[in-house]
Amino acid sequence: MARPFFRVIVAKMGTANDIEKALTEWAREHYGAPAAIAGLRRLSGGASQETWAFEVNANEKSEPLILRRAPGGVSAPRGSEAVTLATEAALLAATDKAGVRVPGVRHVSAPGSLLGEAFIMKRIDGETLGRKILRDAEFETARSRLTQHCGEALAGIHSVPLENLPELPTSLGRNQIDKYEAVYREFGLPRPVFEVAFAWLKANEPEPAKPVLVHGDFRLGNLIVDANGLGAVLDWELAHIGDPREDIAWLCVNSWRFGQTENRVGGFGDLGDLLDAYAAAGGARYRPADIDWWEIMGSLKWGVMCMTMYGAFKTGADPSVERAAIGRRVSENEIDLINLFEGLERHA
Amino acid sequence: MHDAPSAKELIEAVKSFLDKTAMVQLQGHAAFHARVASNALATVLREMEQRPAAEARERERLQALLKSDETNVGALNQALCEEIRAGKLDLASPGLLTHLKSTTIDQLSVDQPGYSGLRTAAR
Repeated sequence: MARPFFRVIVAKMGTANDIEKALTEWAREHYGAPAAIAGLRRLSGGASQETWAFEVNANEKSEPLILRRAPGGVSAPRGSEAVTLATEAALLAATDKAGVRVPGVRHVSAPGSLLGEAFIMKRIDGETLGRKILRDAEFETARSRLTQHCGEALAGIHSVPLENLPELPTSLGRNQIDKYEAVYREFGLPRPVFEVAFAWLKANEPEPAKPVLVHGDFRLGNLIVDANGLGAVLDWELAHIGDPREDIAWLCVNSWRFGQTENRVGGFGDLGDLLDAYAAAGGARYRPADIDWWEIMGSLKWGVMCMTMYGAFKTGADPSVERAAIGRRVSENEIDLINLFEGLERHA
Repeated sequence: MHDAPSAKELIEAVKSFLDKTAMVQLQGHAAFHARVASNALATVLREMEQRPAAEARERERLQALLKSDETNVGALNQALCEEIRAGKLDLASPGLLTHLKSTTIDQLSVDQPGYSGLRTAAR
């Protein structure tokens, strides 16, 4: 959610000149004195973290890199559960070690340094836009491998020994029901489909799985895909300790199938195939029916998140037409929930 | 009160301005927001056309489900939510899922008629 407070800090301290100066100093230290920074540009306007792209020109080579930085280089206490940049960098290192395709971390910068709280990682080429990945001819080979690659990546993430990880929030199924129900109730906007979903989730909660590292937002949009398949897993801000089925189901939520509803996995794959790849890569053995509860949780969660984004408009925190209009997307999640409930009736 | 131009005609005129004039001259984030604005107006136009009949159907179904003669749809939905939360109605209750499906299809036909889940529901 956008907060005016952050914009003030960015305006005060986040100039490209300061960043370029700090990056040049870093590059000269790491690549040798003649190293230079080129093409520094802001990629996202996210309120929580800045993302910049740039190249280091050194030793007659040009290395494409990404800078992830707290707004203005200073992290402020945030209302959300998003992890800190230092944690994000540590997660990239830990999952890299477990063989997951992630961008390698080049440097972690501490708060108070010239660069501020930030880290630098390798820039991976490829596409993140879901619709292009699902539609364009250049990703045909990639699409045929993506289910396998996602199964392997998820098994890798879920295999990371917890003792190797920085401190992360723990959130299992019941905790998520309670958290999102509290957010929903606070709006005072009654939606009967959501009431049915909360009641059904409570009545049918599966035995919690052994807690693992959960990415928390594993879906098209956060995956870099190139012509050969999965290039890298991005956006670790919502990582936590939780139930592995949460990640598998989130990739299946219809909102991320971009119209290709017939392919339950991200609009490109079959859930049975994903679960086979997951188990073959060392993950637990799940059946498609094991994923239903978490997919219903995922659709409900995204519906509540859309209400929250509309809430930012309603309270005046973000008066954009985009935030207003997203309130009329909550019904997408309602129809997805109804389709899932009808599916359960047919399976029963 | 006058009705020339009507509210519908005014919205159509603004939408046409956004689509044919503003959007082509804007770039980046502003162009994106112009498209969102145009889509929002399309939603308003659909709502003006479809809401009265859809809400009348919703009211009848809610009165039957709740055995109530309340006429305010907001109050009926509030009551339905309370019954579900109290466990008096659930997915096994006759008519509940059918009602929710009809209502959501009508809502989505206004909000996002192109959404993939609507096609799935119609099958």
